[in-house]
Amino acid sequence: MSNAPVNNGRRRFLTAATSVVGGVGVVGLAVPFIGSWNPSAKAKAAGAPVEVNVSKIEPGQLIRAEWRGKPVYVVRRTEEILSTLAAHDDQLKDPGSTEPQQPVYATNAYRSINPEILVALGVCTHLGCAPTHHKGDFEQHVSGVKDGFFCPCHGSKFDMAGRVFQSVPAPTNLVVPEHSFPTDGTLLIGISPGEA
Amino acid sequence: MIANFMAWIEKRLPLMDAMNKHAAQYPAPKNFNFWYVFGILASVVLVNQIVTGIWLTMSYEPTGEGAFASIEYIMRDVDYGWLLRYMHSTGASAFFIVVYMHMFRGMMYGSYQKPRELLWIFGMLIFLVLMAEAFMGYLLPWGNMSYWGAQVIISLFGAIPIIGDDLTLWIRGDYVISGATLNRFFALHVIAMPLVLVILVFLHILALHEVGSNNPEGTDIKKKKGSIKPEELSKFTFHKQYSEKYDIVDAIPFHPYYTVKDLVAVVIFLIVFCWVLFFAPEGGGYFIEAPNFEPANNLKTPEHIVPVWYFGPFFTILRVVPDKLMGMITMFAAIGVLFALPWFDRGTVKSLRFRSKAHMINLTQFVICFIALGILGTLPGTDLANNIGRVATLGYFGFFVAIWFYSKNEKTKPVPERVSG
Repeated sequence: MSNAPVNNGRRRFLTAATSVVGGVGVVGLAVPFIGSWNPSAKAKAAGAPVEVNVSKIEPGQLIRAEWRGKPVYVVRRTEEILSTLAAHDDQLKDPGSTEPQQPVYATNAYRSINPEILVALGVCTHLGCAPTHHKGDFEQHVSGVKDGFFCPCHGSKFDMAGRVFQSVPAPTNLVVPEHSFPTDGTLLIGISPGEA
Repeated sequence: MIANFMAWIEKRLPLMDAMNKHAAQYPAPKNFNFWYVFGILASVVLVNQIVTGIWLTMSYEPTGEGAFASIEYIMRDVDYGWLLRYMHSTGASAFFIVVYMHMFRGMMYGSYQKPRELLWIFGMLIFLVLMAEAFMGYLLPWGNMSYWGAQVIISLFGAIPIIGDDLTLWIRGDYVISGATLNRFFALHVIAMPLVLVILVFLHILALHEVGSNNPEGTDIKKKKGSIKPEELSKFTFHKQYSEKYDIVDAIPFHPYYTVKDLVAVVIFLIVFCWVLFFAPEGGGYFIEAPNFEPANNLKTPEHIVPVWYFGPFFTILRVVPDKLMGMITMFAAIGVLFALPWFDRGTVKSLRFRSKAHMINLTQFVICFIALGILGTLPGTDLANNIGRVATLGYFGFFVAIWFYSKNEKTKPVPERVSG
């Protein structure tokens, strides 16, 4: 070190300026490293929302769509089904859908956006088998309930809102995926209303 | 000739000096007991993990399609592949056994107290990185328990308000746990975490040698320079780094005295290790769980998702809290309080031998609660199990609350000036 006079103010300024510029560089450099962890274009394409035409589904009919490798059940529920949903609340594990098995906008009595259309993953919440849709002949499983889903693997039972009955192995209601109706008659699975 | 060569090296890189400073002339208290072998054992296991790990990567395929099959390939077709893999998987459990013992030693003899707080924190960081390392490693066989275990733990981050869902998506790199997740966990498991781990171990040892080893009595073997009569000083030569600053009593050089002692421990440890390796490599389903012999299946959840035994205590704490976010916070707090132990304990007497009855009872109940939490973590979460788990969780955190209160004015026995016996 020489004994030359030191301009401390200038030295401090240069240190601070270098640190700030360097810090900005570090932040900038972090962007690609963090960004590369996001789902790749390939993963995004494979997980993209799936469009389903629901206008041609007959009342009471179920159609299957595939989204992110999982079967999605789409059912047009009849007026009769909707009006009898509340009648068996006392036989259900989670009639009020308190478990977060559905998006907030589907946390209602029908577990759907549009009461008529039920959208649920056809994956039993017990061990992932596909429950069978019983149209009009569900009473063999639950007396007094005409329609429902019955899982052939271990006998779990769900009603037409995908709500699980008591004393079956499945712990929770069927999952309702994010979905929305961009136009009447078009269902988009995998995206919430207003997000598209 | 050799001597000249050594001198040539020494002048450019003081290797012998470093060896003397950290082994042949490192003053270690003469009264180390059984509990002091676990640090060395942890190093032995670390080397085992690194070497077998390198060899496993030579035959392992980190893709969603190929991972499970490549493990079976290692087990069946690669010569000695089964041995390398079992050395690695048994080593993982052995790592946690010796690390838990090592930590308990520190708690028992107050090795975390001033001036060893930073040493303890480095140790806790090692523990934390080790848990991350083990968690990521467990996904790699791509068995069904690997898959669902990772599912449960990653979905925890989803409980964080606002950023939760985006964060889990970012961690997974996909909408479900997939090959993308497996691949990044592989990178972290084989490169990033081991690198951090080795650096932390290095710092842990440096910090240890700076402040010096504690001992079962918690006495200080480094006395003020000039305070000890020459005939009472330790008869051995210690590195000037230590002997110039202090008068050293009741100490012996780490090498050869403790290297030989530790060698005995290593041999006994390896006998037990090899017994497990050859006769019970799955550890009765605790080291490698039964569902992991099935490939990962995102449509089929195992009956009971339980973590490997060493995560048991923390998993139970997570599970017994009814709220997901609170459960996660409580679980991380359980590790956080361990970090802060040097400040929860306001006492100055280190060793259990001279501390109060209250401390004895408190530490005992802590150990019982910790083991209970560990056992519960491997059992299905029934109502009874959860209620016992809640009591044990209270006991676990209670240890830290209690020690903060009684340690301030604790009734302790006098600590001898010198190592007795």
